[in-house]
Amino acid sequence: MMLRIALPLALPFAIVAVAFVLLSQTDAYIIRLATTFGMYAALALAWNIIGGIAGYPSFATAAFFGLGAYVTAVAQNLGAPLLVGVGLAGAGAALFAGLLGSAILHLRGKYFAIASLVIAEVLRELTNSWTSVTGGGMGINLPLAKTTLLTQPQLYLAAMLFLAAAATSASMLIDRSRLGVALRCIAQNEDAAQIIGVDTRMAKTWAFVISSLFIGLVGGVYASWVTYIDPTDVYDGAMSVKPILMALLGGVGSVFGPVLGAFAYLLLEELLWRNLLEFHAGILGLLVVLLVLFLPGGLSQIRGVGLVSLPKIWRRAP
Amino acid sequence: MLWLQVLVNGLAVGGLYACIAVGFSLVWGVLNIINILHGSLIVLGGYLAFFAHQYWGINPFLFAPLAGAVMFAGGVALQYCVINHVMARPFLITLLLTFGLNLFLDNSMLALFSADYRKVLLNPAPGVFDLGSIVVPADRIYATLVGLVLISALALLLRFTQFGRAIIAVRMDRDAAALLGVNVRWTYAVAFGLGVFMAGSAGALLSAIFPISPVASAGYLSKAFVICVIGGLGSIPGAVIGGFALGVIESFGALLLGPEHALTLAFVLLIALLAVRPSGLLGRQGFA
Repeated sequence: MMLRIALPLALPFAIVAVAFVLLSQTDAYIIRLATTFGMYAALALAWNIIGGIAGYPSFATAAFFGLGAYVTAVAQNLGAPLLVGVGLAGAGAALFAGLLGSAILHLRGKYFAIASLVIAEVLRELTNSWTSVTGGGMGINLPLAKTTLLTQPQLYLAAMLFLAAAATSASMLIDRSRLGVALRCIAQNEDAAQIIGVDTRMAKTWAFVISSLFIGLVGGVYASWVTYIDPTDVYDGAMSVKPILMALLGGVGSVFGPVLGAFAYLLLEELLWRNLLEFHAGILGLLVVLLVLFLPGGLSQIRGVGLVSLPKIWRRAP
Repeated sequence: MLWLQVLVNGLAVGGLYACIAVGFSLVWGVLNIINILHGSLIVLGGYLAFFAHQYWGINPFLFAPLAGAVMFAGGVALQYCVINHVMARPFLITLLLTFGLNLFLDNSMLALFSADYRKVLLNPAPGVFDLGSIVVPADRIYATLVGLVLISALALLLRFTQFGRAIIAVRMDRDAAALLGVNVRWTYAVAFGLGVFMAGSAGALLSAIFPISPVASAGYLSKAFVICVIGGLGSIPGAVIGGFALGVIESFGALLLGPEHALTLAFVLLIALLAVRPSGLLGRQGFA
């Protein structure tokens, strides 16, 4: 019993600690990539809690990400230290998710997707127009964090990797808990889950809140890391879709799939961005199309499937 | 008088807005797909009209059905060759597919036409209808009229032609329709093509009123969302009512909160409406 709880709590942090020690002395490019990986992994894991395990296709990632980023930015500009600022970002996003969830979590499927998609647009417009607090379309600068032990890049590498580990722990714990069972029931058949006595409303809300907590924290760390944010950057719709792609690449609903998917996505993105500055979004779009058509089950599907048998996957459709 | 003028301003774009949304609504209703590509298709229709006007001097209001017809063929091919392969999958998959296609089309248009805003400048300018105390911009009235004609044509086609009936049958029960000899894959392709037709026509209509640019596509897609949710998905009258409602809401929102908040107001309404009445004002099962 102890092991069932202790292992998920300890293992991800141990791996991340080793990774940090190995990576923190490498050059700036590797550190930046590793920090981005931590961010992507945390976002994909967080989306997977509501989108994968519970099967509620949320497109609100950008909303919570941006909200977290702006809460941190405003708090730090008012004099809050980094840790408090990021904590407020997570708390703010989680609170907002709790309130929002009571309004939109009774929607199913496409209606939920559209409602969640619109949240980021609304928040972006509000941020744009609330110039006195947010700086409006001009964006907002964040103060540099005071660090003694670590350099700036090392600090944010540690923070993002820590969040990725925490999100992994949370996913593993949810997977083994009653909440996880409830969420999987909801994903399979929500009406049936309700009939056998699952408190679906409670379970969905918790999943949404936990997911948003991590997304808000990541947004807060991101804002502190880049030290300048503006509404179009942090409320970018692509921020809602990227985690879904990562989870799809790695395998939706599994615990470690999103981590694998985040890694694969980061590699692809880095290759494309470096070689095709002008047309990278178009190629990313083509990749999405190919992924959906040929690998709907994620990378794990590749096992034992060579290029030769691709037509077989093609034919299996409708 | 100001209120009446604002109301008329809103109603004047209503038919155009309905035209923007009706194709999206058709694809959602019949194919069960959220077509993220819709906004880019509208912009593409706008570019077709822009170049037709620039090189051959064709009036965009008359060119609209032609732009739709050209794009119809592309839409049928896209559905038949690509999207049909994932029709049986969860809607998240089809949504991501259209999202990917949208990224590709947007980026292609950006590379071909650049992000500059362009607008068809009609000569002579359409001007306004002066009705004494209020004025009505003529270009909007033309767009709304052509839009309503096209929507009526679509409604008649769905109601009275064999293909239209097949589309409705597939919408109601895909398997039963297949058993009765309807070619489901082909019907999906034509239904998607019709959605693209309406997007292309809408784009041509608005090219003389609003500036067009690849970066504007997300805005038109959001309008289609809002209109469909207000009116109710999967019904042509719903899209028309939603279109006029959005026109009026935006018009009054611009007056009361400033033009930059007009769409935000529409979004807030959308969330509120979804929370209270997800099926919209006229929503029901089945299309038309």
